[in-house]
Amino acid sequence: MKKLLSANQAIAWAAYRAGCRVAAAYPGTPSTEIMEHIAEFAGAINCEWSVNEKVAMEIGIGASLAGTRALVAMKHVGLNVAMDPLMTFTYIGAIGGMVIINADDPSLHSSQNEQDNRSLAKFAKCLLFEPADSQEAYDMVCAGFELSEKYQVPVIVRTTTRTAHTSTVVDIGSGERSETPVIPYVKNAQRNVAVPAHGRLMRFAVEKRSQALRALTEESPFNRADSGTGDIGFVASGVAYQYVKEVFPTAPVFKVGLSYPPPLEKIRAFAAGVQRLVVIEESDPVLAEQIRAAGIPVVEPKTELHMMELDPVRLGALRAELLGTPPPPTAQPETGLPVRPPVLCSGCSHRGAFHILAKLKATVCGDIGCYTLGSAPPLSAMDTCVCMGAAIGTAIGMRKAGLPNQRIAAVMGDSTFFHSGMTGLLDVAYNNIPITVMVFDNRITAMTGHQENPGSGHTLLGVESPAVNIADIARTFGIQRVHEVEPYDLANLEKVFKECLDCGEPAVVVVRGPCVLHVKWAGKYINTVDEVKCTACGSCFRIGCPTIVRGAPKDANGRLFKAKIDPQFCTGCNLCAQVCKFGAISPVK
Amino acid sequence: MTSSTFPDKLFNVTLVGVGGQGILLTSDILAMAAMHAGYDVKKSEVHGMSQRGGSVISQVRFGTRVHSPIIPTGETDILVSFERLEALRWAHLARPGAKILVNNMDRIPVTVSSGLQPAAQNVDERLAAYPGLILLAANELAVQAGNLRTANVVVMGALAKLVPFGEDHWQAAMRERIPAQLLDVNLRAFALGYAAIA
Ligand SMILES: Cc1ncc(C[n+]2csc(CCOP(=O)(O)OP(=O)(O)O)c2C)c(N)n1
Repeated sequence: MKKLLSANQAIAWAAYRAGCRVAAAYPGTPSTEIMEHIAEFAGAINCEWSVNEKVAMEIGIGASLAGTRALVAMKHVGLNVAMDPLMTFTYIGAIGGMVIINADDPSLHSSQNEQDNRSLAKFAKCLLFEPADSQEAYDMVCAGFELSEKYQVPVIVRTTTRTAHTSTVVDIGSGERSETPVIPYVKNAQRNVAVPAHGRLMRFAVEKRSQALRALTEESPFNRADSGTGDIGFVASGVAYQYVKEVFPTAPVFKVGLSYPPPLEKIRAFAAGVQRLVVIEESDPVLAEQIRAAGIPVVEPKTELHMMELDPVRLGALRAELLGTPPPPTAQPETGLPVRPPVLCSGCSHRGAFHILAKLKATVCGDIGCYTLGSAPPLSAMDTCVCMGAAIGTAIGMRKAGLPNQRIAAVMGDSTFFHSGMTGLLDVAYNNIPITVMVFDNRITAMTGHQENPGSGHTLLGVESPAVNIADIARTFGIQRVHEVEPYDLANLEKVFKECLDCGEPAVVVVRGPCVLHVKWAGKYINTVDEVKCTACGSCFRIGCPTIVRGAPKDANGRLFKAKIDPQFCTGCNLCAQVCKFGAISPVK
Repeated sequence: MTSSTFPDKLFNVTLVGVGGQGILLTSDILAMAAMHAGYDVKKSEVHGMSQRGGSVISQVRFGTRVHSPIIPTGETDILVSFERLEALRWAHLARPGAKILVNNMDRIPVTVSSGLQPAAQNVDERLAAYPGLILLAANELAVQAGNLRTANVVVMGALAKLVPFGEDHWQAAMRERIPAQLLDVNLRAFALGYAAIA
């Protein structure tokens, strides 16, 4: 059966096919859709949105040790969070097959950094696959479960944004599930309890396993040479292989699919048949360094190929360099066009709070989610953003460093709070740190496309669950000053924020309002501008609402404009009416 | 050894616009139709921030064998834009003389409406400088079909006239991808777009 599938969809089909019984993930672009598609097989695969990647990894580990096949999925920075359990699980070793999907994001399409996690696979001494299209993603996940069981090794499949979100034709065979039997559980402390005495033994076992994996990779059908003509030979992995085939269609190419450990002897033999060996891989020179270290000479091109996503144009430049021909001409884009950055939506519940934080001149340690858009002009209400959950720790550090600004806020969303903000808040309570922690609680994980979280009141499969109250958590931690506020009442937001930021003790404000994209807006009112009363002062433009557009120019010199509200997109949130000093904006039915 | 002397001719379509305009549905159906017509297909899109009003771009390639999911700059055979400013932004991706199919409407970026950035100048003249330009009143045709929200399907109908496979493959893909209760209005919108191209 042939289907047009993204790699994310193909991975879900493969998990089903291979008899995977447990799947856990935390959302993150470009990996999110994997679990959304696995949920379509919920009858066969027990699946969940975990609270964070570390928990997801630990669930996979437990399932594997209990003898079932397990899959966990996360974006590249998610694996940082999950590294601690992985680093010891790789010592203990899988029992039921364990496949970890790690989605890297070269070019930072929607991430805070560009890290090449193939180095982490090497670091953790796992098997690593790099699919070049959806068919390979399917085949590698199926093979990954088997190899994981056979060698008791965790298997990492590294997708990238390009492979994850490209649909290609996939043959899924009959599409039917093959039920793999559960391996009976046997209690075995020496094997499964990592204490120093056992860990030392495991350490030697890992080394023996690595030897076996080095032999395996030389035999793997996923590592193969495409014959060709010419004296330049390429080694390529992942989607980079596709660009090599496009730009150098007749050249010999060694395709690396099982890329850790790399098939160095096969590559050595391939290199012997060409005069120059060029390694094309996306992000860091992970393969190139290992090949060089094996004493195989590798060309170091001048063309920059290690930062950002590769594409045929960049390989075209490499081609010109290697062949000594002038670089191919590339068409220049039109100039002078305004950019179209993402913005907080019309009616977004995060907007008003940022407007007030800016007004109060607070130092805002931010975090990662839709609300990070509050850092952009015109709101410009964020000072820092590091990684998920970092807002609170960063704010504590700023306070301890003696920042002159007394008003320090840590801002994060609900999903971020549950993911890794809670521990930071406990530190605030425990060490009595005078900062204000603000949770912008829209009851959903909005940025990645509205995944459920512990505040939503239901699970991945729509089953009801307790909707955790964040203010209650703060009180339980021992924070005395805890407020819950509504997001569209600017006067009250200002009063509460000011009181907390100036109180000199730990404070928590939960700003509660549903995401406008997720919850059908009640739509009773929309806002309109009275052109006569509008003085073109520009205040309403400064809340950065995409629905407030320029209307008529104020006068002949045409530099100031009256406001106009696009009725098609207005949600009637009424923030603009509250910032207008001239009473020119009002809600109408 | 460039891709233009690649043994099997590939057909490259780039679709661009603003989040929420139905670009991803359109490229899905194009890719499914091409597969139905017997081609190897790759459809690639980057949509991380699409719901928040950012630019969206999707690339569909089909032929005997497709390798790179990314279309090399300057090798797009048809550029489809759901908005005029985005057509200009991505016009350099198209081959010289390629068809540039544009829904004749504007979505002003917030950065412009709030005065942070100047508006683009002379959009009409600059677009007209592309010989393959086709301006389509897709919004009006969509209203005529019965729902403004089918404007993307009007554009899809027009695109169907420009690709090297028959209309029946599009119909098959639409039936597979569009919910039954919305199929009629979408088929009407498709037909109006199809008829709008000579
Ligand atoms: C460790 C890690 N995991 C996942 C992500 C992807 N990610 C970015 S923002 C976000 C969710 C934010 O949700 P929330 O805090 O509820 O804020 P909202 O977007 O709803 O405003 C996720 C999962 C990430 N950046 N880092």
